[in-house]
Amino acid sequence: MGLILEAKNINKHFYKPKDFQVLKDISFGIEAGEFVSIMGKSGSGKSTLLYILSTMDTDYSGSLFLNGGLVTGKEHQELSRIRNKSIGFVFQFHYLLSEFSVLENVMLPAKKLAEKSYDEIEHDALEKLNMLHIEHLATKKASRISGGEKQRVAIARALINNPTILMGDEPTGNLDSFNAENVFQIFKQLKEEQALSLLVVTHDGDFAKRTDRIIQMEDGRIVHQ
Amino acid sequence: MINWKVILEIAKTHLVTKKKSTITATLGVTFGIGAYITLVSFMTGLNEMLDDLVLNQTPHVHIYNEIKPSEKQPITLIENLDEAFNVVHSIKPKQGQRKIHNALPILNYLRNDENVRGATPQLQAQIFYLSGSIELGGNLVGVDIMEEVRLSNIRDNIVEGTPEALKNSENGILLGAGLAKKMSLSVDDRVQVSTAEGNIFPLKIVGIYQSGIAEIDNIQSFAKLKTVQRVLGEAENYVTDINIKLFQINEAEQMANRLEKQFDIEAIDINEANAQFETGSNIRNLITYAVSVTLLIVAGFGIYNILNMLIYEKMKDIAILKATGFSGRDVKYIFMSQAIIIGFIGGVLGLCIGFLLSKLIDGAPFETEALPTITTYPVNYKLGYYMIGFFFALLSTIIAGYLPSRKAGRIDPVQIIRGT
Ligand SMILES: Nc1ncnc2c1ncn2[C@@H]1O[C@H](COP(=O)(O)OP(=O)(O)OP(=O)(O)O)[C@@H](O)[C@H]1O
Ligand SMILES: [Mg+2]
Repeated sequence: MGLILEAKNINKHFYKPKDFQVLKDISFGIEAGEFVSIMGKSGSGKSTLLYILSTMDTDYSGSLFLNGGLVTGKEHQELSRIRNKSIGFVFQFHYLLSEFSVLENVMLPAKKLAEKSYDEIEHDALEKLNMLHIEHLATKKASRISGGEKQRVAIARALINNPTILMGDEPTGNLDSFNAENVFQIFKQLKEEQALSLLVVTHDGDFAKRTDRIIQMEDGRIVHQ
Repeated sequence: MINWKVILEIAKTHLVTKKKSTITATLGVTFGIGAYITLVSFMTGLNEMLDDLVLNQTPHVHIYNEIKPSEKQPITLIENLDEAFNVVHSIKPKQGQRKIHNALPILNYLRNDENVRGATPQLQAQIFYLSGSIELGGNLVGVDIMEEVRLSNIRDNIVEGTPEALKNSENGILLGAGLAKKMSLSVDDRVQVSTAEGNIFPLKIVGIYQSGIAEIDNIQSFAKLKTVQRVLGEAENYVTDINIKLFQINEAEQMANRLEKQFDIEAIDINEANAQFETGSNIRNLITYAVSVTLLIVAGFGIYNILNMLIYEKMKDIAILKATGFSGRDVKYIFMSQAIIIGFIGGVLGLCIGFLLSKLIDGAPFETEALPTITTYPVNYKLGYYMIGFFFALLSTIIAGYLPSRKAGRIDPVQIIRGT
């Protein structure tokens, strides 16, 4: 079975304020439809790793494969397109464009991709919102909804281009237990119904335990997976 | 591949939600361009009016005979004095040299030249104007009045009476406005002129001439060529000046040089006669452009500041856009299009405001004794200035928008998302 995402010997240093190796020889893979969580102490390098895997950070050594193709060393323009088409990302703090409506926020990445007409995109976006039970918020300004709602809008946005993998950096970190459970159920449903691969950083042990696999990090190293 | 539809959509949303800064930036451009259009229309209008004033009164080539001592004095003709040192005291010019010797053949020759639009003979006579006990020095110019009308703007300068009236009267005169005022004479009155020799001649005033230049209007009058020849008691071929208008003004210098050699006379072209005048025009143009460019630079700095501020406020948005698949180039174009939209709208508004202000100035009364034909301020509506203005608006906003936009395109999303 092919790996959706594969990291080989990834090392990363921060040179300011002084040389500090934040990631040490990270190697692992994620299969299609696999739901993986990353755990580890604060400062162990989880977010740093995720930024590299999401292609936003290109300053590392080692190699990264997505859908079997080498991503490392590609042009920025090309990486943007990969992020747009194949990777969905959910931040710890629900970053939405506050001047746009909920629906527009969800639609933007698809408009950028420009593979579908605006009508089709709107239809898809409403479908995603529907799945997350927030279709009634569609026309609201993104700045006028609650934190839990924002997190779900961000998930809808991450899913709009039907990516092959969804990454989340503590996507439930800011949510109450009810909303956190809700998000977990959504992830699980996506994995089961659409064979979406998921890679989620979390501090929540209960959350992690219910995923397929836990990657344990310590001081920039994977100590267990 | 650049997806302009989304880029413009985002740019538009930014502009609409930041109404205040958008309007401030746009107005900056509007005022810059508006001021440029107004200034340049007014200044060049003024320049052109002043140019016309002088150019229409100046022939392209002026032929005359300068009074000067002969270069070859009789003594130089004596061959065996070549080596000797001779001194001639009190050299005086020969008499009767004011006249152009072969004026009629020259005129004929010029009228057959295909570059010449027209050539008119003139007879300049020094005379005294007598009215009652007043005696004023001045000159009387004998002209072929209908040719002058065809070739210059003399008709505009005849403030009372008509050139036709002069043509139809044997002893008519177009009296200079300053003279008419000094001697309190008006149309249909009589004025006597006296030649240097003391011959007195009565003339009938058929019109008043006002050029707008006081020194001329205070001494100069016009009459028919024949009339002046009669006053001076000279023959019909007595002509002191020939004025030439060409089809192409830039051929004047060459023409003047050629005529000087060919006919052994003095010929002066318009550029030589008005060199200092052109300098004035150039300096006025320079000032106009300096002021306009300054205004646009100020507007440009306004746009630069506002875009910089906007980008600072939009850091998070930029990070999200990049995280969700917009490239650095997309982000750069988003902010560039905002600058260009501001430049476009501000520019168009500026052109409108410039046009309205020009209209206002154009309609404002401007009456001065010196310029009888002008009733309102002169304004020059040239499409070219509007195109330059619009081009400037876009150029200044593009330059002002470029650096902030490039900065936005280079923002590292990881840094923003980390919150450092
Ligand atoms: N820009 C930077 N320059 C230098 N050091 C950095 C920078 N960003 C992060 N670090 C350091 O790298 C280490 C890993 O940071 P990272 O954000 O990946 O941790 P984390 O595992 O996500 O922690 P948390 O669970 O608190 O989010 C930390 O020690 C941090 O201080
Ligand atoms: Mg982190």
